[in-house]
Amino acid sequence: MLAIKLAIKNILGAGLRTFLNIAVLSFAFVVIIWHNGVIDGWNRQARRDTIEWEIGQGQLWLPGYDPLDYLSYQDAHAPLTEVINGLVAQEQLAPILLTQASIFPQGRMQGAVLKGIPPQQSLLKIPTALLEGQDGEAPALIGKRMAESINMKTGDKLLIRWRDKNGAFDALEATIVGVFNCNVPTIDGGQIWLPLEQLRTMLAMPGEATMLVAGKEYTGGDMAPWEFKGQSFLLSDLDMIIQSKKGGGAVIYGLLFIIALLAIFDTQVLSIFRRQKEIGTYIALGMTRWQVVGIFTVEGTVYSILAILLGALYGTPLLLYLSKVGWAMPSGSTDMGISIAERIYPVYGAGLIGFTVVLVVLAATVVSFLPARKIARLNPTDALKGKIQ
Amino acid sequence: METIIQIDKLTKRFPVGNGEFTALKDIKLAFRKGEFTGFVGPSGSGKTTLLNIIGSLDTPTEGEVSVLGQDVARLTHRQSAQLRNQHLGFIFQTYNLFPVYTVFENVEFALLLQHIPAADRRKAVMDALEWVGLADKAGSKPAQLSGGEGQRVAIARAMVKRPAIMLADEPTANLDSKNSHHILQTMKQLNKELNTTFLFATHDEKVMGYLNRIIYLEDGKVVKDEAVVAQGMP
Repeated sequence: MLAIKLAIKNILGAGLRTFLNIAVLSFAFVVIIWHNGVIDGWNRQARRDTIEWEIGQGQLWLPGYDPLDYLSYQDAHAPLTEVINGLVAQEQLAPILLTQASIFPQGRMQGAVLKGIPPQQSLLKIPTALLEGQDGEAPALIGKRMAESINMKTGDKLLIRWRDKNGAFDALEATIVGVFNCNVPTIDGGQIWLPLEQLRTMLAMPGEATMLVAGKEYTGGDMAPWEFKGQSFLLSDLDMIIQSKKGGGAVIYGLLFIIALLAIFDTQVLSIFRRQKEIGTYIALGMTRWQVVGIFTVEGTVYSILAILLGALYGTPLLLYLSKVGWAMPSGSTDMGISIAERIYPVYGAGLIGFTVVLVVLAATVVSFLPARKIARLNPTDALKGKIQ
Repeated sequence: METIIQIDKLTKRFPVGNGEFTALKDIKLAFRKGEFTGFVGPSGSGKTTLLNIIGSLDTPTEGEVSVLGQDVARLTHRQSAQLRNQHLGFIFQTYNLFPVYTVFENVEFALLLQHIPAADRRKAVMDALEWVGLADKAGSKPAQLSGGEGQRVAIARAMVKRPAIMLADEPTANLDSKNSHHILQTMKQLNKELNTTFLFATHDEKVMGYLNRIIYLEDGKVVKDEAVVAQGMP
């Protein structure tokens, strides 16, 4: 208690030096929380969007189906059983049929994936209702990224060429009936959404699907040969990306943190040089060397606590404001291949704040202790004379 | 009068470069309770080293120094800290006040180390400040005090815990004549009223005028040890 009391007196009495130290440390503290908040907010948003727009509560895959291997689409399709059709009718499952195709926007050929989906489905947020009631034309739905890459908008015509299951080529001119805006690139870039029945007809695969998306009501059961893939499996790539982002971010805020801690370390090293007489006087008045080490170490801890208080003072309104207005992502970031919203809203969990507080206090204590240890080896008579040792 | 400090065959050497410097050589002295004694001699004669060893801030290279029955060479860091905290008061040439503390807090410091309750602490500090005539400066910072006031605060800090021995290293070196006499009278009064033993390291003639015993040191040796009649302020 005495060390804490003395440390508080000492650092409050140090004036501007104290303010500069706690200002730098509090800035690092706030930035760490904000940065982690952004990553966490992004993580939550990316998971939520991917679940709502692409994977639902899970997916049922046929053996051999690999979403990243377009050649697997040729064989990975099967007719839906009665049970599955029943679940589709109850909106527990939504069938999706996939195939490769070529498209000719502005006369140039480019590869694409055609995805057939029931227009009336409501398991995914894709606005498939736009595909309904478009008699007499082949309606197609594309995402914003796809629309930008092929330079098309609603109402434009797009020539599509594909091969049916027998290998016969065919083509049609589809009409873009809608361009949807979503943060999940894996249902957007290079993809064209068509009514399921139309794609089945085009591929000569009546009643078939490549995969099934499960809804909240889906209870599972024996669906052989379909294999259920849960959210943890389907989100594993996203989790890995988020983890690597966290790692990269940790380097940046680690550097920032080190700069802040260096300020404390420097102050303590300088203090031990400049406050030799004071150290000698402490010892002359009856303190042990380790008690003096304790004062200097606790000073670092008090710096960190004051930094946290200062950070809370300006950081709380600032971080709350940023969590309301979000952080606008640069335009190029939507093409990064992972789910990134145009605006990320940071989320500050109690765990994040608690961990950061403990980290700041512990680190500040350690960097104060390291130079303060030297006091234990000081000669008090030289210290009293103010001799640099 | 009981002997409270016993020095026997004390030698102190310091390493200097590849060799050694002998600061004190074969010192034999004894001090009784209530003495007002000064070590007098030129710079480098060993006055401060002797005070530091008596104050258990340093240890002898050879010989024995017993303070209040405790051999300073055998004390652990904790024991010597306790000896200083409980029984010894230090007064320095440059006052060594803590600049960020108020006068009150500076004087209170020694009592904080003794874990004395706040109310008792407050009373003892105010009594000590009254004693040195600085009760009205309790809330001031050391930077706001004159040299004489600063040294009086240092005396209050040393005496507040009622130590048996006060060690004063050139206490008047930074003071003018008027302040020096004021300080010395304060210390003399303390010596008389509380029977506190005072040991000075000095070459100030003003100080010598107040001493009852003068020990002359030269090149680390006692060259003269004489009882004198204190003359006080001329």
